Amino acid sequence: MSMRRRDFLKLAGFTALAGIGGSVLTGGNGKGRLEAAQAAPGKVTPSGKRLAMVIDMSRLKSESDVKKITDACHRIHNVPYFDNPKNEIKWIWTETFEHAFPGQKHKFLPEGFKSKPFFVLCNHCENPSCVRVCPTQTMFKRADGVVVHDPHRCIGCKYCMAACPYGAISYNLNDPRHAKNLQDYVNPGFPTRAIGVVEKCTFCVERLAKGLKPACAEASNGAIIFGDANDPSSEIGKLLASRFTIRRRPELGEEPNVYYII
Amino acid sequence: MKIYNGGKIFIGLLVFAVLAASPFIFNMGKSKTAEKPDIRIDTPEILKLEDKKCVAPREQMRATHMKVLDSWRDAVVRNDDRSPVLVSGRQYDKSLQNGCMKCHSNKEEFCDKCHAYVEVKPTCWECHIEPKEKKS
Repeated sequence: MSMRRRDFLKLAGFTALAGIGGSVLTGGNGKGRLEAAQAAPGKVTPSGKRLAMVIDMSRLKSESDVKKITDACHRIHNVPYFDNPKNEIKWIWTETFEHAFPGQKHKFLPEGFKSKPFFVLCNHCENPSCVRVCPTQTMFKRADGVVVHDPHRCIGCKYCMAACPYGAISYNLNDPRHAKNLQDYVNPGFPTRAIGVVEKCTFCVERLAKGLKPACAEASNGAIIFGDANDPSSEIGKLLASRFTIRRRPELGEEPNVYYII
Repeated sequence: MKIYNGGKIFIGLLVFAVLAASPFIFNMGKSKTAEKPDIRIDTPEILKLEDKKCVAPREQMRATHMKVLDSWRDAVVRNDDRSPVLVSGRQYDKSLQNGCMKCHSNKEEFCDKCHAYVEVKPTCWECHIEPKEKKS
């Protein structure tokens, strides 16, 4: 087939025009899309609540306190236990001071600080990066501020794990039903998860719906205080107003909602 | 008309036809229609009820229970709407594990038989925990 140069140029010109026109029509020019930071939810949750947690480290004395709280959470939520730390699933766990609060360690810290276990869990951030990156909206922020995952939707892409600066999300590399601890006991009122989905702390939304406290707060003997931080008359509101608290890595701008009394 | 290599071509065609038809030939006479499942829903929990009513009429539940479950899932997980479903004075949780299966405690009979019949494989039980069945 031969084509005159004039015809070729005409055709090319029209094709280019059609291409540009098409992308304008379908909105492919980037207008109407949000930058990641713009998609971040506002500071005030739709319900006006801000569910938060204060962990009073001074009241957690022994290893057994720590174990009791972790076990309470993991037992209620059928969290599988695997020997290999690479397969570990954790909703609430402990870190050293240095790992929980990077950059805060110095050589004159009080004795015992370096070895003291610090409770860490999902921070249910105001600007959760896991929610921002999740391609299926598995991770989402509820009206009361709790960041929840909906395992029905999870495709196991692990974007949330990469995005979360607190390492709060675990991936089920193995079938949780094969875990040893779940052979002995499963909570019949709560599901397990499937292989290939992520999971994390949910602030016990299923217990909050019944008017109960989160399992860790209940088992903590008052060391973990939970409530609506926006309500100044609540226990947590008073505590936050009267005691000095710190949060993990606040410089990242995620606005974590778990506060620590050291 | 002459076909070049006719013999080879026709033998090849025959071999192909036999291979393609082999599944039908092998299973000839073996096929039978699956029996329509006869599902017993007489669990002890249901026998105790005075008026045996589910959250919707039987025909509707048979046809659309998956949609009911989907809407419950979205209501509970995404919108935190856990308001119970009321049926003649009784409250049911919007939940497979803590709702449906509280009465229909015979999963093998109530779920599996029909799902096997229509060859669907729902993934509910990969996560949700089935009730412990009392073998009688």
